[in-house]
Amino acid sequence: MSAHATPRPGIPADETDAHTWTGRARQWLLKKLPPDKLLPEDQPSYVASWAYVFGMGAIASLLWIIISGIVLGLNGPQWYHVSSLGSFVNSTHLWSVELFFIFMVVHLWLKFWMAAWRGGRVLTWITGVLSFVVSIVAAFTGYLLQTNFDSQWIAFEAKDALNAVGVGAWFNVANVGQLFAWHITLLPLAVGAVVVLHVLLVRVHGVAPPLEAAESDAQLLHHRPESTQSPESTESRDAVR
Amino acid sequence: MTRKSSSISWRKTDDLASRPWTGSVREYDLIKELIIGVVVVGLLVLGVSAIFGSPDEPSVSLKAWATAAPADFVATATKELAGTSDSAGYGPPYNPTPDASQKIGPVDLQSLSGVRLPVDNGNDFVIAPLATLPSPPADLALWTAATDQQRSDWAAAYSIALAAAPDNDPAKVADGDYGPAPALTGALLDMARQGSLDGVLQNGGNFYNTDYTRSLLFLGDGSYFPGLAASQHLSGDQWGVMNETGDTPGQSWLWLFSLLYQVEPFKSAANADALVVVTMLVLTALLTFLPFIPGLRSLPRKIPLHRLVWKDYYRNR
Repeated sequence: MSAHATPRPGIPADETDAHTWTGRARQWLLKKLPPDKLLPEDQPSYVASWAYVFGMGAIASLLWIIISGIVLGLNGPQWYHVSSLGSFVNSTHLWSVELFFIFMVVHLWLKFWMAAWRGGRVLTWITGVLSFVVSIVAAFTGYLLQTNFDSQWIAFEAKDALNAVGVGAWFNVANVGQLFAWHITLLPLAVGAVVVLHVLLVRVHGVAPPLEAAESDAQLLHHRPESTQSPESTESRDAVR
Repeated sequence: MTRKSSSISWRKTDDLASRPWTGSVREYDLIKELIIGVVVVGLLVLGVSAIFGSPDEPSVSLKAWATAAPADFVATATKELAGTSDSAGYGPPYNPTPDASQKIGPVDLQSLSGVRLPVDNGNDFVIAPLATLPSPPADLALWTAATDQQRSDWAAAYSIALAAAPDNDPAKVADGDYGPAPALTGALLDMARQGSLDGVLQNGGNFYNTDYTRSLLFLGDGSYFPGLAASQHLSGDQWGVMNETGDTPGQSWLWLFSLLYQVEPFKSAANADALVVVTMLVLTALLTFLPFIPGLRSLPRKIPLHRLVWKDYYRNR
């Protein structure tokens, strides 16, 4: 190990001098997503509309889906048929899923009309659509796991679509053991991973500016980087909070 | 000063959308918004759950089927013996029935897997379960000793006779050469009514089982189970899988998938399932890669709904 690679106690390592894989990974991560971008305390003044709450609503719903899902999973698939508490937890699982999809669909439509893929944000768009698609599969396996009439009938109907494209032989909707693996491990992990990536990408690239925003806009003209505290920014903060 | 409309492109260039925002900002608390979101959504979930609950219609057992619709049960068991039920002629992944798979042009995705979940309908649904009885019916030996042709002739003749009988009642079937088919299907009906067929068909003699493929295929070959689904607005022509029993919304996000089954050319196509799935895959790909598709990606500028979202910003420009 070279002498200059070992920082002296109390002195931060020089980030420009990283030469190990780990150091370079840290350097890249910190450059892409410094802490103040990951956990920001301000946002551009145009981020002031109800249109912006639906993404967070979807994340909040997903947390409730996971919490209620863990309770249901730990008690086994038959519990909610015979317990009033189980039935209520099952209802919260169902309705948090319904809300999750409502929030997600509204969020998706809004981001379409806002053309939110602009300026290098295309991967944010793609991960958003992917999280929607994977969530549909996750919800579908949940409906199949109900172990009641609905799951019986949905399995009977859905097998034809899956078999027609050669998937049903491996993804067998009538095999409850397989569905458990998909619904309580693989698909939640997939949804979680895609959603985390999506949120990190939003933080990396920031929120897309208005479609018709221009350099001549007052919000930009009166607030150049060199001016630390313009009257405009103070007014904007006051107006929001 | 003239205002130049910003690009709709996904590319990172030197325009305003590509650079970090240097204009005015507002205070924002990410953690606070998350906590408020979780609390508000949590209250909403608890409230809606308390008011509407969730549907939990009990599953249908073979015992319930045999008890409620014995004629349908016997007719279905006979079709399984004759090899004329829906699932007996299904093709992959259950059996190798020729020309049964759904193709798109020359592409036969259904057959790619081969017979990976083999189901031998007559044997698996009728003969093997009867053989597990403490006293199997004597006619079982007659059936197993017969040739394939003889078996299908017996079962086919009995199937036709059942369809012609008043109320399809096995007790009112005209005399004919049905071999052991009536005795075997009658014994299976008794077995199902007593509740033992459910267990035998599901676990095949094992203690554990999580695979319901055979029970579900047998149930679906009859008309009792699909009839129950139709009475709950769950049939394919009633928007099928996106619905749920009762008045809860079900999988409403599958609306486009279900819609395709309701319209031509999908509706009457023999390969409707394959066509619908492939169409949905294409549409999903279009949505995923929409930022790269000229025309579609320009819609937000041509139909400027964004002005509603950013009306405060535009007003203060």
